[in-house]
Amino acid sequence: MIQFEKFQLDNGLKVLVHQDTSTPMAVVNVLYNVGAKDEDPAKTGFAHLFEHLMFGGSINIPVYDEPLQRAGGENNAYTTNDLTNYYCQIPAENIETAFWLESDRMLSLAFSKKSLEVQRKVVCEEFKEHYINKPYGDAWHKMRSLAYSKHPYRWMTIGASLSHVEDATMQDVKDFFFQFYRPNNAILVVTGNVQTEQVKQLAEKWFGPIEAGTPYVRSLPKEPVQEKSRTMDVRADVPLDMLMMTWHMGGRFDEGYHATDLITEVLGGGTSARLYEQLIKVKQIFSSIDCYHFGTVDPGLLVIEGKLVKGISMTVAEKAVLEEVEKIKNEILDAKEVQKVINKTESVICFEDMSIMNRAHSLAFYELLGDADLMNKELSLYQKVTPAMIQQTAKQIFQDTNRNTLYYYSKS
Amino acid sequence: MAVDRIVAPIIKDAIDFDIQLKPYQKFALDNGVEVYAYEGGSQEVLLVDMVFDAGNTYEEKNWVAAATNFLLKNGTSTKSSFEITDAFEFYGAHLNRTCTNETATVTLHCLTKHFEEVIPLMGEIISQATFPEKEIAILKQNQIQRLLLNLKKGDFIANRLIDEYLFGFEHPYGKYSVEQDYKNINREDLVAFYDKYYKQGKCVIFIAGKFPSNIEALLNKHIGQLALNKKEIKEQIHPIVSATQKKYSIVNDAASVQGSIRLARPFPNRHHPDFPAAQVLNNIFGGFFGSRLMSNIREDKGYTYGIHSYLQNYKHAGAWMVSTDAGKDVCKATIEEVYKEMKKLRETLVEPDELKLVKNYMLGALLGDLDGPFQIISRWKSYLLNDLTADYFYNTIQVVREVQPEQILALANTYLKEEDFYELVVY
Repeated sequence: MIQFEKFQLDNGLKVLVHQDTSTPMAVVNVLYNVGAKDEDPAKTGFAHLFEHLMFGGSINIPVYDEPLQRAGGENNAYTTNDLTNYYCQIPAENIETAFWLESDRMLSLAFSKKSLEVQRKVVCEEFKEHYINKPYGDAWHKMRSLAYSKHPYRWMTIGASLSHVEDATMQDVKDFFFQFYRPNNAILVVTGNVQTEQVKQLAEKWFGPIEAGTPYVRSLPKEPVQEKSRTMDVRADVPLDMLMMTWHMGGRFDEGYHATDLITEVLGGGTSARLYEQLIKVKQIFSSIDCYHFGTVDPGLLVIEGKLVKGISMTVAEKAVLEEVEKIKNEILDAKEVQKVINKTESVICFEDMSIMNRAHSLAFYELLGDADLMNKELSLYQKVTPAMIQQTAKQIFQDTNRNTLYYYSKS
Repeated sequence: MAVDRIVAPIIKDAIDFDIQLKPYQKFALDNGVEVYAYEGGSQEVLLVDMVFDAGNTYEEKNWVAAATNFLLKNGTSTKSSFEITDAFEFYGAHLNRTCTNETATVTLHCLTKHFEEVIPLMGEIISQATFPEKEIAILKQNQIQRLLLNLKKGDFIANRLIDEYLFGFEHPYGKYSVEQDYKNINREDLVAFYDKYYKQGKCVIFIAGKFPSNIEALLNKHIGQLALNKKEIKEQIHPIVSATQKKYSIVNDAASVQGSIRLARPFPNRHHPDFPAAQVLNNIFGGFFGSRLMSNIREDKGYTYGIHSYLQNYKHAGAWMVSTDAGKDVCKATIEEVYKEMKKLRETLVEPDELKLVKNYMLGALLGDLDGPFQIISRWKSYLLNDLTADYFYNTIQVVREVQPEQILALANTYLKEEDFYELVVY
């Protein structure tokens, strides 16, 4: 049970505080309700590029990192399709430094031309390092554009193409900032050795004077129900054939969400999971195989992907995966297997909640979903999942018409 | 009155913090195996780390140590591979294996309430593993495929080669496996290695988290009766043979859009008196986001997504390493900039302000690194396995607090000389 207190400033900034006096540290986490899904399809990769620019100096502070490091702090950030999250960990005694820095870059960036020029290059190198200069690095670009026709999940956070990042202009940067980086579109979470009163005071002092922006009303195109199985062939200079399949699944608010999460555990969670045991160990069709999903806010994808043992044909591999998929649809799980995946989930939650950093991330994420206290209710929602719910959800998801398959062949 | 946003809030310098490494508790099991324990944390979880003298320094054939370590849980005299994994996973427990140069570990993470159910299994795999032929065959096959995949990656190739240049292929720090090594292994190799280095091997245990009240009795029952720590395991000493050629450029993939750059020189281990101050110099140079390499090569020039330098601190020897992946057309320029930064450190005293920032950053980060029971025991483990004591910890802090620009300059003149560095680019 993670205790927290919550209040809101007049400018709409939501603030959450979780106290833990056993640590000398504090975490200041600012989540902005903007992700790659909010981008213009002609300017993708922007939310992520923007995350880089947030370190390029703000209106009153030329360099973000320096004062933080001087105060003994460390920071980082990440961008997903749904959100952008910034966090710093700092000795609790120096927490005001984090408020000063975070509030100044919410007030306004410096919009330095040099920073934009350099970060465009840095992101292009990141793009190359992770998505071009890496075997199968383009697989997810291809899969997303295959599986989604309308919803902005069809592109990656890094962007649909290098040129979108290269072409970003200063006007784009300013527009994006004043549309999304406003207090009423953000959640501030402070965890660690802090008092609520102290956080209230600091939040009022540093974030209170920042003006609210026009509320962002998200209206994203809905992905139409897929009606036909889709496939794509790729041939590339990779050593092994890879098979990647996805099925559309519900979003974070879907009533089948927890059952879906457990389905991925049954199939792909660890080396006692079904795909590993059957397809790697017993049948030796794959040399590696995984089943997972991204836990996206909007309807996402359930994924099975694996590399084939050399000499095994794609047809054989696909058939073997589909057999496992059929099994989970047609045979009800025994109670012990369900208990296992629930136990595993309980364990994952306990280990995740060990650090004040993870607690801050979770509180911010669940508050974004509507209520931070959801984080304390998660386990009970998993515990309510029954074998029948798993079977029913599997039947809904694992339909051929709902499937996207990428056959990624080795040229050699 | 409007808040003053120009002037930074007053801070307490991290160099003035009283940083303590909280002590461990220690007890011995009936068979003499020592247990180092740190109890604490907010969650009902714990970890048990069994460390064996079973790293690849002890193997006579490449890959035997790693394969033995990996297959520990793939079959015992009473359970199949699946039954073992399923039993751990049923309780949400994780059993990880890692094999490094000197040691190999078996690590259990579990909920405190399930410790009693899973600890017998841990005892079983380190005393009754059977290494079934079928499991070995599957591992070999998958390992060869994984290697094929990794050999397509420039950074993988670069990491292997730079270690080979530094330590020589005959040294555990410099050797690596090729496809034939995987094929050469047979069951007898693994069983013999297991008998000597696990079953009757030398073991030390680290535990941390929230403990069940009978943890000592449970460890004694399931681990304390095994035939561990009976025979002496002699430490293996291998000579270091560094390469004579210093510069290498290798084309692994003609279509590559980046080059993996590694610059490295040999460096002593943590027992050397220069080590703590060298850590300060390393941070200034390339050890954190605000370092000179990062500021110049990423934040000013945009040549790379990231560039880092670090002190590789193995037990008996180490290296000073600079590592980055940069755009193909700017690899040469990147290397030139690295050398320029070394030259600057050799010739110009670091400004007191920059030095103070680095000191504060290092000690603030250290405070954060010691936050939590797993972090504390992991720090102790790293010290104890390398024959270091709490003195090393407090001495390092003192050096970080007190080191002066003149010492930094002198160290740079000793260690950051272009001609001492191996230079490798893999495209």
